[in-house]
Amino acid sequence: MGHTLNGAFKLGIGMALVAATLGTSQAADDKIKVGFMLPYTGTYASLGNAITNGFKQFVAEQGGKLGGREIEYYTVDDESDPAKATENANKLVKRDKVDLLVGTVHSGVALAMAKVARENKTLLIVPNAGADEITGPLCAPNVFRSSFSAWQPSYAMGQLMAQKGLKKVVTLTWKYSFGQQSVDGFKEAFEKSGGKVVKDMTLPFPNVEFQPFLTEIAALKPDAVFVFFAGAGAAKFVKDYAAAGLNRSVPLYGPGFLTDGNLDAMGEAGKGLQTTLHYADGLDNKKDPAFRLGYAKTYKMQPDVYAVQGYDAAQLYNAGLKAAGGDAGKQAEVIKGMESARIDSPRGAFTLSKAHNPVQDIYLREVQGGQNKVISIAAKGLADPARGCKM
Amino acid sequence: MNSTASTTLKLLGLLLLACVPLSGESFYVELAAKTLVLAIFAMSLDLLVGFTGLVSFGHAAYFGVAAYAVALLSPKYEAASLWYVLPASVGLSALAALLVGFFVLRTKGIYFIMVTLAFAQLAFFVFHDTPLGGGSDGIYLNVKPTAEIAGWLPFDLDNPSHLYYFILAALVGVYAFLARILQSPFGRVLVGIKSNEHRMQSMGYLTFRYKLAAFALAGGLGGVAGFLYAVVFGFVTPELLSWHQSGNVLLMVILGGMGSLPGAIAGAFVFTGMQELFASWTKHWQLVMGGVIVAAVLFLPGGLAAVPDRIKRSLQGGGSNE
Amino acid sequence: MDFASILIQTLNSLQYGLLLFLVASGLTLVFGIMGIINLAHGSFYMIGAYLAFVLTSVTGSLFTAILLGIPLTFAIGALLEWALFSHLYKRDHLEQVLLTYGLILIFEELRSLLVGDEVHGVDIPALFSASIPLSDVLSYPVYRLVISAVCIVLALGLYFLIQRTRLGMMIRAGNHDRSMVEALGININMIYRVVFALGFALAALAGMLAAPISSVFPNMGSHVLIISFVIVVIGGIGSVWGALIAALVIGFADTFGKVLLPDFSGMVVYLVMAAVLLWRPEGILKKG
Repeated sequence: MGHTLNGAFKLGIGMALVAATLGTSQAADDKIKVGFMLPYTGTYASLGNAITNGFKQFVAEQGGKLGGREIEYYTVDDESDPAKATENANKLVKRDKVDLLVGTVHSGVALAMAKVARENKTLLIVPNAGADEITGPLCAPNVFRSSFSAWQPSYAMGQLMAQKGLKKVVTLTWKYSFGQQSVDGFKEAFEKSGGKVVKDMTLPFPNVEFQPFLTEIAALKPDAVFVFFAGAGAAKFVKDYAAAGLNRSVPLYGPGFLTDGNLDAMGEAGKGLQTTLHYADGLDNKKDPAFRLGYAKTYKMQPDVYAVQGYDAAQLYNAGLKAAGGDAGKQAEVIKGMESARIDSPRGAFTLSKAHNPVQDIYLREVQGGQNKVISIAAKGLADPARGCKM
Repeated sequence: MNSTASTTLKLLGLLLLACVPLSGESFYVELAAKTLVLAIFAMSLDLLVGFTGLVSFGHAAYFGVAAYAVALLSPKYEAASLWYVLPASVGLSALAALLVGFFVLRTKGIYFIMVTLAFAQLAFFVFHDTPLGGGSDGIYLNVKPTAEIAGWLPFDLDNPSHLYYFILAALVGVYAFLARILQSPFGRVLVGIKSNEHRMQSMGYLTFRYKLAAFALAGGLGGVAGFLYAVVFGFVTPELLSWHQSGNVLLMVILGGMGSLPGAIAGAFVFTGMQELFASWTKHWQLVMGGVIVAAVLFLPGGLAAVPDRIKRSLQGGGSNE
Repeated sequence: MDFASILIQTLNSLQYGLLLFLVASGLTLVFGIMGIINLAHGSFYMIGAYLAFVLTSVTGSLFTAILLGIPLTFAIGALLEWALFSHLYKRDHLEQVLLTYGLILIFEELRSLLVGDEVHGVDIPALFSASIPLSDVLSYPVYRLVISAVCIVLALGLYFLIQRTRLGMMIRAGNHDRSMVEALGININMIYRVVFALGFALAALAGMLAAPISSVFPNMGSHVLIISFVIVVIGGIGSVWGALIAALVIGFADTFGKVLLPDFSGMVVYLVMAAVLLWRPEGILKKG
């Protein structure tokens, strides 16, 4: 037993040394510290990279500065693991003492980040995670979102499907809160306009054996199906749906995550799918073509909605810093500047709601020629109701 | 090494750990606190793996049950009493272990490993899928439990130093408790089961009952760790029960050398240290971690604990070949 | 549920169960015959699926990809056995758990380094891309039926291999008494190498066949691993027939659980396992 303890002792010293060297690397200087807590490995790695790229592109456009100040980046890979979320957020907040925390994709991880940000009064911009709570019951003066709430694209889709004259709809999603919030948003709009959801179906995440549900849909014969799926599961669902022949008689709709990043994986099966989202290919504004060109030049690939959200996170912070005269320490003024900013986004200009969520146009898109082409604006200037936000 | 030297080393280690909050770096105090929590977790598993010979691959379930119990038993915006939630959450995880143990202890060997894993998955889905657990996003623990007794506050868990010393005290307590248990007749039966269960049975021991008691006890102590984890981080998610967590804690036990309580503590420190170190080198740190694990199994049978012995033997010219 | 729906759901259950059998069969062979617990089995499935993706994009055909993939994975399996697993036979289960856990991390990161983290689709071969209409709105993809047929053929092939061939006889003998086999002058190490490579190739083949319907994505092996464990536990370690029965039971439990008990569908599979354990702690068909 003594040997092991000896080992433990030495290790303790080793760890203390590591800690000391890591600790000294954060000497104070004049740069503004931006901490990215995003997924750089695992399922969401490409999303994390796109957000980082988008953010850095805007900074590069400003000559490497935000609000006239140089930027220094700190990065932590959150691995999309909620079990490590608080600890990872603390690395940036307590160890690196960043001025701005940016993250993340996974909603559960983002909720933990919001908690750390509130407790430490660190400014947080969420560049993707759509959990309604972040700008709902858990809203805070120092918590912002540059993306969307789960409610937004789904609510717009509910309105739209009711307008199309669809009456009887079946919903299907993974049994996790983001999926359920999406279905709730859809249902709210759809049933308000006279439609009826005849059956809500869920399956455990990340299960992708959809066959029993397709059989069930065929038996119910609804007018349409509304689903929330994203990533690999979404691609598989769309393919299974088409292979079951259901796409010929029962049209499929959903928030844009169904097709974004999946067009290649879905192939033929995705053709003609209509989805709603706050970004689309072929938007009619001045900003988007310039953004796309710049992005494609720098990163040798096409930007997506995630890159836009990263880009806008940088724009938002830039507006705040400018208002505070470049002093990140004047947090109240930074926040005021961000709240009153009008962001000239590639998705179309947007402002922030009282709860700090974008008030934005939601587009109806259709998969055409390997792109999510914009068809129309499904909801103009849609604001999340921010239920439960006391701010 | 004689026992005085061993005791001195233990006290030195304890002193070193007690000095951590003096650094004032809140991040590192929290990292050390987390490692101590994992050390408690690893010791609880060592009772099964190292001393009783039961390789449980689902120990994260009991850690998670207690963590969820804290979050669910605490009122939303007020502090719960520590003296109520601590025993309650530990009791619940022991109860869960008792229930699961009743099923899994009917199996042996590879079956046992897989069945404990499968039951942990079942527990994972209970928190992940049912309305009870708040789904995949997890639950906040908004306010840490209070240690107040009738208006008197002996220590404050909201204060990071107090929390750290509370965890350190828990570590010492669990260590002393396990050391005491292992020297009792009960502990000797467990060790006997590990070396030869049939012999213990023929001696008239009802080994199933002993194993069940050990399983529930380990679950409860794992619950102590889960409770502390929830208090430190204020956030629980189903991932706490995932099989990766079960794998990690098993790794800590093995790294430190099974059947040694100080080894389990060392294993937790080595594991956390490696994670931090590799992650600072490369984003593909899991590749390095995997490589280290594979190499350790191939070249270091017996874990780190066996390293000094091996070195000593090879220095003495004795063959250290396995 | 009306009668037609029940029939179609039964078809779904059978098809899902057969695919699960294909993954689990390799696991139960390696468990039963070599006494090795292999957590990396899910990674083998993942490797198969990614091979199908890479080889299909290079050669342009899933058939060619599978024809190339089978010998390739068999070779990788033999290599792994030689380099790593052959050192594990005399070690305890714990060290096997540890080594294979390390392998999962390595395979997952190598996948990320070599192929990236994006989701990719694999096209169903044109020959099987049609669907058979079952009702006025629902069709059944031919490719799924093909997978089922392949699984049935493989199950029969495995039965034949183990019960009727000399290799199978040696495998069965090796399973029961290692020293006896060695005394007869049979090279037990070679048998183990073949069995392990076969187990690897079976899991990889399952991945290759499933790739067109599941897409390929990071961590795809992890779900498959746990469900395979459950199947092996229910079926009885080492029993190929047990695995087949268990896989079908799980196929039915999962399919009907999703439709009839949506709130508990994640748990149904594990509850079935608990029930079986109460009834027969060593699985439905205990291997002697």
